[in-house]
Amino acid sequence: MSKYSVLSLIKNAFNDNRNWERAWRDPEPKKNYDVIIIGAGGHGLASAFYLAKNHGIKNIAVLEKGYLGGGNTGRNTTIVRSNYMLDENALFYEKSLKLWEQLSHELNFNVMFSQRGVLNLANSDSQMDAITRRGNTMRLNGIDAELLDRRQVEKMIPYLDFSDTARFQIKGGLLQRRGGTARHDAVAWGFARGADQLGVDIIQNCEVTGFKTKGNNIEIVETSRGPIGCGKVGFAVAGSTGHLASKLGMKLPIESHVLQAFVSEPLKPIIDHVVTFGAGHFYISQSDKGGLVFGGDIDMYNSYAQKGNLPLIEDVVTAGLAMIPGLSRLRIVRHWGGIMDMSMDGSPIIGKSPIDNLYLNCGWCYGGFKATPGSGWVFAHTIANDAPHELNAGLNFDRFRVGRSVDENGGGPVPNRH
Amino acid sequence: MIRIKCPYCGLRDHSEFNYIGDATKLRPVNPEVANDDEWFDYIYVRDNPRGVHQEYWQHITGCRSYVKVLRNTVTHEVLKTGLPSDDLLFSYEAEK
Repeated sequence: MSKYSVLSLIKNAFNDNRNWERAWRDPEPKKNYDVIIIGAGGHGLASAFYLAKNHGIKNIAVLEKGYLGGGNTGRNTTIVRSNYMLDENALFYEKSLKLWEQLSHELNFNVMFSQRGVLNLANSDSQMDAITRRGNTMRLNGIDAELLDRRQVEKMIPYLDFSDTARFQIKGGLLQRRGGTARHDAVAWGFARGADQLGVDIIQNCEVTGFKTKGNNIEIVETSRGPIGCGKVGFAVAGSTGHLASKLGMKLPIESHVLQAFVSEPLKPIIDHVVTFGAGHFYISQSDKGGLVFGGDIDMYNSYAQKGNLPLIEDVVTAGLAMIPGLSRLRIVRHWGGIMDMSMDGSPIIGKSPIDNLYLNCGWCYGGFKATPGSGWVFAHTIANDAPHELNAGLNFDRFRVGRSVDENGGGPVPNRH
Repeated sequence: MIRIKCPYCGLRDHSEFNYIGDATKLRPVNPEVANDDEWFDYIYVRDNPRGVHQEYWQHITGCRSYVKVLRNTVTHEVLKTGLPSDDLLFSYEAEK
């Protein structure tokens, strides 16, 4: 497989771009694999990539029921950040952010990672206190954070509502300059190409229909393309985790909910950063094509439908207009829904499961995209060593039972308030 | 829009309701003696079915009562509604 470079770009340009090689193979499934990862989204592909690269495991398959990157990897708002407060989250997401910073280089694939800065607005004095505390905690963990007052925010992003009559006055904000966005599809494609080059079989249109177990082990993964024997199995299927787990009679501290996101008609550059609202749930950035990409809350009822309802759209837009009144005449051109695996404490589950050779990577709630490289990195470590890395040791499945939940927002044991 | 039939107020938009969640979870009958596994199951574990789900909604802008709803989580179709004390049994075969 050839390496992408300026030279290959020029060479292929002269050939009218007709001679590019396939970026990854389309293999038939083998009878047996040492490791089977279910789900060829960013997390599954990253896991396979790091299993092959960091741990020297060669006989790996990634099974995908649809097409590669067609689930939540292609349905998010592409935000990358590590502005967390609890150690279990903060150190893990910071590792992920550090991987992002090297990712295009490591994969020889431009994931268009843009560190444009993530600004969380504070709209009340108590929120100012909260983000000050968060910022200080982040800095103690070696993560960059800057506290901005109202004047500094106004200088940086004058398009917010700074009028005296604004319903929600802007008090300040917490800025993480190293945060930003990445091209979501490119992340899946880059990891797919990287994993394929290391010998990983990526098998698309291959839905897992069941499992054959022996004792407390999965022996065979039944798929729409026939049974496949396995050494170890990893779930990286986001919103479908509960459904897949039910085929093993396993129940999880997770509910599946639909989260909608939106893209406006393209504009000239106006929003240079990722900005989030303090008085409501709203986050916005601008894509390279000019569309404003934004989202808000989940629809709040259990759902496996990759589509949501209109009342929620009204909610999101209301919050958006309260934050940036100038959006009022903007038209939405696309919107979509993705199925979130909402965990009961708002933090992910990456680790061993009650079944001996099954590993779980789920519970990503609103924030799976930014975790993509870090999730793959620690998940690969967990699978290869049959033990978690210290970065995901606290994000284990057992934490709920023993009362060590990682509840970043203090929302309590519910799936929809984090 | 999902339309939910409140037993007191009739058919209303789901935006009048607050979603409470899974209606199948029961608090341990003897909390004093319940063990960690029972609490874990009650507080955290969910069936999370892909298909028919039994759930509570609260009619917050109407009569404020809880409504038990059988709803398909794939199609969002509401199959049956009733009082929280009702047993909402449903099978697609029987309804045909």
